[in-house]
Amino acid sequence: MGTVEALEILAPGPLTTVQDRGRFGFGQYGVPPSGAVDSFSFRVGNLLVGNKEDEASLEITIIGPKIVALIDTLIAITGADLQPKVNKTPLEMWRSHFLKKGDVLSFKGPKSGCRAYLSIGGGISVQTIMGSKSTNLAAQFGGLEGRSLRKGDIISSDSPARHLKAVGRSLDKALIPSYPKNQTLRVISGPQDDHFSAKAKEIFLGSPFQLTPQSDRTGIRLAGPHIEAKKNLDKSIISEGVMPGTIQIPGDAQPIIILGETVTGGYRKVATVISADLPLLGQLKPGDTVNFRKVSTDEAYKTVQGWSINI
Amino acid sequence: MLFSKPQYRVMGDRALLVELGDDINIKVNNKVRELFVSIKADPLEGVVETIPSYRSLLLIYDPLKTTLSLLQDRVHLLLKTLDPSQLPQPRRVKIPVVYGSEYGPDLEWVAGYHGISPYEVIRLHTEHTYHVYMIGFMPGFPYMGELPETLITPRRETPRTVVPRGSVALAQGQTGIYSTQSPGGWQIIGRTPLTLFDPGKWPPALLEMGDRVKFFAIDEKEIADWEQ
Repeated sequence: MGTVEALEILAPGPLTTVQDRGRFGFGQYGVPPSGAVDSFSFRVGNLLVGNKEDEASLEITIIGPKIVALIDTLIAITGADLQPKVNKTPLEMWRSHFLKKGDVLSFKGPKSGCRAYLSIGGGISVQTIMGSKSTNLAAQFGGLEGRSLRKGDIISSDSPARHLKAVGRSLDKALIPSYPKNQTLRVISGPQDDHFSAKAKEIFLGSPFQLTPQSDRTGIRLAGPHIEAKKNLDKSIISEGVMPGTIQIPGDAQPIIILGETVTGGYRKVATVISADLPLLGQLKPGDTVNFRKVSTDEAYKTVQGWSINI
Repeated sequence: MLFSKPQYRVMGDRALLVELGDDINIKVNNKVRELFVSIKADPLEGVVETIPSYRSLLLIYDPLKTTLSLLQDRVHLLLKTLDPSQLPQPRRVKIPVVYGSEYGPDLEWVAGYHGISPYEVIRLHTEHTYHVYMIGFMPGFPYMGELPETLITPRRETPRTVVPRGSVALAQGQTGIYSTQSPGGWQIIGRTPLTLFDPGKWPPALLEMGDRVKFFAIDEKEIADWEQ
């Protein structure tokens, strides 16, 4: 059967991109991972439609697109609740659904969370570049021509008919995450926590921070009390490798949580969000607040080991 | 200065930062390159990404496959057995640049800041050979140094919202090339017609850590001769 045209974008929404697990192994060329910010919802979506868990899907940001099915296909929507519907009927999330040729998928509006994932049985047929289909918006490559989706774009899929039998798969209700407007993120101190006084670290761990509208796929920008570095230190540090979840403190003393669009940075980093809480970063939106709670590396390792998904 | 023993810093539950020195220094950077090349050639169990920079190497690992202490032991051992003679010779790369005018809007300002002529800025910039310390900030962007002392220039007070791809720029003691269009605060003195980053090619970046780079001036009319 091979590659077939599966969906057509009638309206794209402000930021809808093709993302997979990410692009790894090219850090020495300055190539960042990109990829789905909420990796949990992303993986579950794929499993619900019978894909490999790292197949590409559409990452939808706050305002959903309007999409028509060009063939009979299987889809699932996970992550943020943007109130999806098919034609006029609300669509249950975290479950795979049969979409009939001509059906129109749209979204009523954001209810909770920030990013929804639309997975298609058969995945998204775009070129794999450096091991990944993810869109790198800044360097304009990957995904669909390195950009966010536009009206008229066609999403092709590999043998979608083969996936139809996975219809009705759903995630155990107890495992469906909720996205409250206040989140506590667990962090490990460092790598430069020694550049901050005990008092500054106390403020960091003891205060709520609010997401600003400047937050995007490159970083979550927070506003709150100032986290001042020790006196006598330079404004910045010598640039070094960074990874998603690292919390840097630039000159204005307001934290930025780095996401997957850069591999190096020149600001000191007070703490790093643990892996188990990284998916939550994808669901924070401007106006939400976060608190940080310190854990040990060993505690973090334990949460990683409890990661398997039951569907 | 090169550390006698590496300093380890923890970056969350899946990354270890290995610091080999405390400043921007070719000796330190070469040691980072040695460790990086060795790990790339013979990957450490559980390491999924290796990011070299001026004075450190970031190892991103899968915590289901290895742990911090295991990784630290492996790196420690590796550092003891590194053989600099196994390191590939640095490549020598020449880069054509159209200096000044619309291609280098800050050339005049840089010249004025140092009290020299734009011509002298170009002469100094093309006279030296630069070491590529690292690629970062954006795909394919080389951080190169050291600039001759007369060209050490602060960043722009207000960063530009759009810096064209290929812009050759200065900041403090470093010179770099914007590999893709982006916002940026470095002083732009010229532009190269060469493509610094092409995701469809292997390797995707024109330059890599350890390369030796020399710039040479070309005329605006010659741009087409260099475009790929």
